[in-house]
Amino acid sequence: MSAILKRREIVAALLQERGELLVVAGLGSTAWDVSAAGDSPLSFPLWGAMGAAAMVGLGLALAQPARRVLVITGDGEMLMGLGSLATIGVQRPRNLAIAVIDNERYGETGMQATHTASGVDLAGVARACGLGASAVVWTEAEFAAARKALLGQPGPVLMQIKVLAEKIPLVLPPRDGGLLKARFRRAVLGPQADAE
Amino acid sequence: MNDWPQKLFGVLRQAKVRQVGYVPDAGHKRLIELCRADPAMRAVPLSTEQEGIGLAAGAWLGGERSVLLMQSSGVGNCINALGMTSECRFPLLMLVTMRGEQGEFNPWQVPMGQATRPALEAMGVVVQHAASAQEVQPTAEAAARLAWGSYAAVAVLIAQRVIGIKSFQDQAGR
Repeated sequence: MSAILKRREIVAALLQERGELLVVAGLGSTAWDVSAAGDSPLSFPLWGAMGAAAMVGLGLALAQPARRVLVITGDGEMLMGLGSLATIGVQRPRNLAIAVIDNERYGETGMQATHTASGVDLAGVARACGLGASAVVWTEAEFAAARKALLGQPGPVLMQIKVLAEKIPLVLPPRDGGLLKARFRRAVLGPQADAE
Repeated sequence: MNDWPQKLFGVLRQAKVRQVGYVPDAGHKRLIELCRADPAMRAVPLSTEQEGIGLAAGAWLGGERSVLLMQSSGVGNCINALGMTSECRFPLLMLVTMRGEQGEFNPWQVPMGQATRPALEAMGVVVQHAASAQEVQPTAEAAARLAWGSYAAVAVLIAQRVIGIKSFQDQAGR
């Protein structure tokens, strides 16, 4: 099969009515996708720490059990943190969802193939780790169902969304880590954020 | 006998630590059991120590404090992720039981054990050493204040002689 979905449209659809949704974006293209959908203090885009996105999502989901946490990351970033799927599978936070935007490439370094280009099934790994409803998404119809699962159904869940390997314009979020942290905490915790 | 694991647990309770990320170490066996038994704490066993750096960052973003327990060999697994801690000025408390120090019996533990302090310091982590059982509690208490009072990344290195493991047989027997 070949991918037909477009990453910017997919991420915009995930975030179009985001409300109180808490978002962690993996470094590189997914951070730009989240930024293109509209910068928000409730987004925490990573500019480094490759492989950490899902775990940042886990710590956040455990700390804020009443709020939905969506990690949006790339296939290369998820491959670097594969063990975190096992860790998440043990904790089973119902409010955590992971969208892997899978273009089968390392997009920032010259579009080299990742393991998913050779058939490595991240959704299968996730299911084996206890993220039971995880699936690979190729079509609009599959994405419509995946979107519901990511945003509303009990987690943890991972959706591996196959997208075109496009080169598209960079849309950069703020890159000052201290700012990204502080504004996120204020948006989540209110004045208490600065009292801690 | 100085019950330093029980006292360390008291420090974590006092500091209102809610998430405890860990990769097991024989030296942390008791503390891990105490944390797992406490309903106010969420114990999070990790598949590799670097996961704990992300966990602590996410916990803090959501308003909770997280501690990271590991053996010195695990420090090497955390190095790149600690760049996020530094750049974002996330508070972080790591409690590290040392290997490759005094009386080590496994030569493969020595290189990382000897590199633990300089590797952490190279990444901007404040390193405090507890050389005896008596020093563990006050050192950890001060480290917790530094971490959450000053938004610092702090590692407490608990000396191998405090752990007191002398051989493979001794380690397996714990």
